[in-house]
Amino acid sequence: MNSTLLFWLPLAVVMVSALAGIGIFMAGEQRQGLRTMLNLFAAVAKLVLVGVMGLAVLGGEAPEFRMALLPGLDLVLRADALSMLFATLSAVLWLVTTVYAIAYLERGADRARFFGFFSLCVTATMGVAMAGNLLTFFIFYELLTLTTWPLVIHSGTRAAFAGARTYLVHTLGASAVFLVGMVWLYGLTGAQDFIAGGTLAALQLEYTLQLKVIFGLLVIGMGVKAALFPLHSWLPRAMVAPAPVSALLHAVAVVKAGAFGLVRVVEDIYGPELIAALGLGLPLVIIAGFTILYGSVLALYQRDIKKRLAYSTVSQVSYIALGIGIGGPIATIGGIVHLVHQGLMKIALFFCAGIYANLLGIKKIDQLDGVGRRMPWTSLCFSIGALGMIGLPPVAGFITKWYLGAGAVAVGMDWVIGILVASTLLNAAYFLPVLKRIWLHAPPAAWPADPTVSLLEVRGMVGAALVVAAMALGVGLFAGHPLSPLNWVTGIAAGYFP
Amino acid sequence: MIAEALAGLVFLPLLAACAVAVVPKRAVGVFVWSGLLPLPALLLPLTEAVWREGLVRLAVAGFASPLGIEWRVDALALVVLWLNALIAVFVGLYAARDYPPGSARGGRFWALWLLLTSAMNALLLSADLFNLFVTLELVTLAAIGLLVIDGKPAALRAAMRYLLLALLGSLFYLLGVALIYGQAGTLDLYQAGERLGPGLLPVTALVLMTMGLLVKSAIFPLHGWLPAAHGNAPGPVSAVLSAMVVKVSVYLIWRLWLWLAADWQPAWALPLLGLLGAGAILYGSVLAFLQVRLKMMVAYSTVAQLGYLMLLFPLLGPLGYSAASYHLLSHGLAKAAMFLAVSNILAVMGTDRLDRLAGADRRLPLDTLTLALAGVSILGLPPSGGFVSKWLMLQAAWAIDGWLWLAVILAGGLLAAAYLFRPLAVLCARPATAQAADDGSPPSATGLHWSGVVALLLALGALAAGLAPAPVLALLERGLPPGILP
Repeated sequence: MNSTLLFWLPLAVVMVSALAGIGIFMAGEQRQGLRTMLNLFAAVAKLVLVGVMGLAVLGGEAPEFRMALLPGLDLVLRADALSMLFATLSAVLWLVTTVYAIAYLERGADRARFFGFFSLCVTATMGVAMAGNLLTFFIFYELLTLTTWPLVIHSGTRAAFAGARTYLVHTLGASAVFLVGMVWLYGLTGAQDFIAGGTLAALQLEYTLQLKVIFGLLVIGMGVKAALFPLHSWLPRAMVAPAPVSALLHAVAVVKAGAFGLVRVVEDIYGPELIAALGLGLPLVIIAGFTILYGSVLALYQRDIKKRLAYSTVSQVSYIALGIGIGGPIATIGGIVHLVHQGLMKIALFFCAGIYANLLGIKKIDQLDGVGRRMPWTSLCFSIGALGMIGLPPVAGFITKWYLGAGAVAVGMDWVIGILVASTLLNAAYFLPVLKRIWLHAPPAAWPADPTVSLLEVRGMVGAALVVAAMALGVGLFAGHPLSPLNWVTGIAAGYFP
Repeated sequence: MIAEALAGLVFLPLLAACAVAVVPKRAVGVFVWSGLLPLPALLLPLTEAVWREGLVRLAVAGFASPLGIEWRVDALALVVLWLNALIAVFVGLYAARDYPPGSARGGRFWALWLLLTSAMNALLLSADLFNLFVTLELVTLAAIGLLVIDGKPAALRAAMRYLLLALLGSLFYLLGVALIYGQAGTLDLYQAGERLGPGLLPVTALVLMTMGLLVKSAIFPLHGWLPAAHGNAPGPVSAVLSAMVVKVSVYLIWRLWLWLAADWQPAWALPLLGLLGAGAILYGSVLAFLQVRLKMMVAYSTVAQLGYLMLLFPLLGPLGYSAASYHLLSHGLAKAAMFLAVSNILAVMGTDRLDRLAGADRRLPLDTLTLALAGVSILGLPPSGGFVSKWLMLQAAWAIDGWLWLAVILAGGLLAAAYLFRPLAVLCARPATAQAADDGSPPSATGLHWSGVVALLLALGALAAGLAPAPVLALLERGLPPGILP
């Protein structure tokens, strides 16, 4: 591939949805056809571009866009193996979520605003994925905060603003902490691109204490979006957003950006060796382990479907932090691959929750009685997601847990198995009763809302849910395929642990 | 070529102002635009010259300083000249809607507007303490004239207060100038600086002049006049007051401390000036958060943002200097955009009380967007000019272990988020009662007026300043004040 193309490709991947977003704003509220076309066209174009970029990376090339931003500091967008993983996940799920959202909001208001920011939000996510250094990462990470805010407040109700306020307080507070850490790090090391194995390891710095403090600051910066305890409380409250937004926030954009940032900090800035030498892995494992159990226990107590899923996210995303905290190749694979696995399973669950709420008015768990007979396909998707979360093979979640457990044993942290077992039991405790209600209980005489639905709504939403559920099943079933996320991540981890 | 360009910057708007006052109404427009639109073009050769030589000097009428008056343009002056030209043109385009050049009230407005532009350009070119005094007075008087142009009682009251305090400030400044002249025997800023040294009288003069300028630039705790004045002025006037008029006074403070007193500035005063800035940031932000009127909130935001300009003193160095200068530029663009957007909201909704603005984003999507984008820069979030200056300022603070300043800068950003997201939340709110009334009617299509586009362009300019700051920063680096080494 020629070098000009390799230079512009990463920028094109990021900007295609920004242009779509601007186009959607300009088209205005009334031109629904144009908006839908822009949405779908940009989503498909993005997927194609990511595909082209993936082929280039497979071919051993390194697409990189670089622009001088500040004296000595560059804006770097580039595709390495890790960014391809996240970029592919985002591009695929964006396309599916776009279809779902078009159907979901068919009768809604303020759709130009919604889809405009929706596209900008994906731009930010792509930028986070492709960021080649910490400053670029920060820029898109902040853009993500700003572009998701209008989505969270979409309904315009008092509750939405309260949720959005909590979200902002957390994320902007964290961004200030992140900024301090970054200024400090740049002060010590100067500008550094992400390097597999860590930039700091190569520098051989002597500032042990300072590096520990900076790590703490960066982990707080990432931990808020990744919903690590005690910084997680915004996530359940942001549930006031429409279902496609919740799905996107949980599965790809915000939460994943935080988790992805943790991976970058641990693997590409500090590097596994330095993390081990400074003893920073264990605190991360403890926080992540606690968050896993804490999120699961709180999920048990939720009566609202989306709230229960939210606490489930708090718990599940921490598997990623757990994996990279444990260290060693196997657990790292388990952690990073969960970026994809959790994304697919959780988005399926949220799609289904949105379908239940939108078509039948079901929002509480005790309203789910017998819904399996009324909506078999949706309920099937929900069940696949739920079983995957519990870790039942062959759904994707099983692979994560297997690698995390094996990896923990490999580095001598046997007690982590206890966390995994407890978490699995808790997952079962909060998902199985739901499945029992869906499939085994008798349906009520009348559903909470009158199901007057159009064909578009049903096909768009249920189709999207079926696609993601099938993918969640597929990446587990075909984990041995050369292009499966597991294999891809194995390649990434090989870069960290030569 | 350079001499003509420099003369044009001052005399073109000045002559146009005179012409506007006398020509028949239908010809006013021609003179207004021929006085404003060429300004950016005039700056091009000047920019090239400053880039090449670092400093451009011109002895006015051929008499060299100290006998005659000298004009000097260095990098800082050039950056502020550019800001002034952009504000004068863009905000001027916006103002042409509220004050059509051919109308009765348009005549007075445009004469003052051109006079203000000319006076600010003259101030930025001057290198002579008395000349600076005269131009600063002209700026103040023209600004006050614009402030009361609509004759609103609230604006009149605010203008009276502004006028009295500004005169007091001028007295202080003039007293300082007299002391300097008595000591150094020259009014040339640079020659006087060389002839003076640390001592009671020069420092007293410096402090007096600074006090006067602190009043004029509304630096905390002398900001009392600003919110009422900027909050009650007509929209385009608020924009130029916040973006330029208070800035040129801060610019003068910088000139005095970093050029005039480069060798003998009292070191003990630098942290004190920084503390004033810190107070402005924290106090102004909290007050902005407490406002019930959108425009007053923006005005208090200016009080807070001016504080960052004072942080230059404790963070003195190439990074701090670049940061503060860049902040001046990006805040100017963002704040002008914000005032224009708010003025549109006020005009369409009939009020700017926050509790009455629910759902305004449907009627005014463009202005809401402008407000949000300008807010990004004020918040200092990337990508924006505000972020660039914040980043450089944080680095400067880190480099000297100034954890207090670091904390203040970060707290300022968070407080700005608090006061800026509140109106945005209100604008996007869909309360249940308003929803019912709103649902039937489609959103009005009046959003896309060119005045709104002008505001949006200014906001986009503030964002663009975050994407390509390199040339401006390189230019500033070439013109560092004496004593600051790169």
